[in-house]
Amino acid sequence: MIYARGLVKRFGEFTAVDGIDLEVAPGEAFGFLGPNGAGKSSTMRMIGCVSRPTAGELRILDMDPVREGPAIRGRLGVCPQTDNLDPDLTVFENLTTYARYFGIPRPEARRRAAELLEFVQLTEKSGSTVDPLSGGMKRRLSIARAMINEPDLVLLDEPTTGLDPQARHLLWERLFRLKQRGVTLVLTTHYMDEAEQLCDRLVVMDAGKIVAEGSPRHLIETHSTREVVELRFGDEPPAAYVEKLAGIGQRLDPLPDRLLLYSDDGDGAVDEVHRRGFTPSSVLVRRATLEDVFLILTGRTLVD
Amino acid sequence: MVTTYAVTQALRGGIVSPARVGAVINRNVGALRSGPAYWMVLFSGFFEPVLYLLSIGIGVGALVGDLTLKDGQVITYAAFVAPAMLAVSAMSGALAETTFNFFFKFKYVKTYDAMLATPLRPAEIAAGELLWAMIRGSLYTGAFLIVMVAMGLTSAGWALLAFPATWLVGLAFGAVGMAASTYIRGWQDFDLISAGQFAMFLFSGTFSPVQDYPPAVEVLIAVTPLYHAVELIRGITTGSLGWAMLGHVLYLIVMMALGLYVASRRLTTVLCR
Repeated sequence: MIYARGLVKRFGEFTAVDGIDLEVAPGEAFGFLGPNGAGKSSTMRMIGCVSRPTAGELRILDMDPVREGPAIRGRLGVCPQTDNLDPDLTVFENLTTYARYFGIPRPEARRRAAELLEFVQLTEKSGSTVDPLSGGMKRRLSIARAMINEPDLVLLDEPTTGLDPQARHLLWERLFRLKQRGVTLVLTTHYMDEAEQLCDRLVVMDAGKIVAEGSPRHLIETHSTREVVELRFGDEPPAAYVEKLAGIGQRLDPLPDRLLLYSDDGDGAVDEVHRRGFTPSSVLVRRATLEDVFLILTGRTLVD
Repeated sequence: MVTTYAVTQALRGGIVSPARVGAVINRNVGALRSGPAYWMVLFSGFFEPVLYLLSIGIGVGALVGDLTLKDGQVITYAAFVAPAMLAVSAMSGALAETTFNFFFKFKYVKTYDAMLATPLRPAEIAAGELLWAMIRGSLYTGAFLIVMVAMGLTSAGWALLAFPATWLVGLAFGAVGMAASTYIRGWQDFDLISAGQFAMFLFSGTFSPVQDYPPAVEVLIAVTPLYHAVELIRGITTGSLGWAMLGHVLYLIVMMALGLYVASRRLTTVLCR
């Protein structure tokens, strides 16, 4: 579906995407995980054929995005980072009007619009304008709009950023259903839980480069330990404990508010901390996540 | 003929698809139907030139008396001012759409970003928006022409010919307005456009023949667009056709072509970075 080699995007002096390689197969749910400014959205805009690559090779649906942009875009569904729904139209018209941009005939557009509103649970809002809708509803409408042309490939740029937990879960559930229908999903996120929930395979991006690639489980197994212990100390800053706890586990990462201790045996590591005579004010042993992978790879957290 | 040529070339070269241009117009028809606010705007846009015609054309006209045109024809002052008001309403009708509304969609509600994620291309968006602006302007000018015929300021036959001329005026001003809107930084810049529009409104041979100005001023006015629109339409509604009108038509066509070209280029550079 997507093939990229040495893909680069520059804006003047600034390099947003710095030579990335990608391959996305049909039916896959593929994610770009990284902090703000990692180059995720620039990559998405190139895949969406609105932004020209500065260098490198890019093929979408086995076509050239520069020469065959309209033909490719006709088979893509795009859900942008910030909603750009039409405030002058009703919820229903937002879908039917958009359908016309794809050359979908009116009766067919109406049929699909009704079906999609059902799918994203907005049927009762059909005649309302967009303004009074909640953030979660707008997002769902954006996703419905992205589906109006029955796309082969759906691009979602930070689909749940800014939504409350309930709205996020509803959205995830709908996206999961799309995936089950065999729709290829490509999404960006800076939430590791989102990446773990939705993606079969993902790349971790930082400063325009891909720093790791694989399934969520594979990434955690390769780059992190099985478990992570979070230690908080009341007296001294976490960094002061790095030396004192040296040798316990495989790695120690001091954050401003806590110390992360990577070990395949979390409880054993905690016992060792106590044996050395230290008493943390709080101890949490948990499974390693993609957040830890990102921290290990880049030295920074995903959401600042 | 130049337009027809340019349009057929654009269609043949696959630059614009009529169906996609139609889809852009369809969006605006939908917006018109959905909100009562839009109808209010259309309503007020019709009355403004009518009020000018009544106050100045008829009111001041009573003091001014009749005017003698270049071809020796004697007409009432109201018949002199009316075609100018017609040209002005074609201009402002199209400009209202391609300045305020266009800018709002371009910068704030991101209508065009949404459109560009579909098979639509910048040139198709620009063409669709421009045609819609022309259609909106023609709602004003069509109504105004009916008023003119009813008041005996032109004949029904000349009015039928003047109607398509107002379309051209709308296309020309709409295109240039759209190109300008892509450069606008914020709402304060619209004051500049309004000021320019008002200066043209006062001096483009609207209320007095330009021959009454000093020669240098006359030349300056002959460079500005509204003058050409007024002269073209006045020539038609007063029934005094001349070869000079071809020049006015050409001026307006070039204006439209340049405006459209710049607007679609700018849509590409700003939105498809």
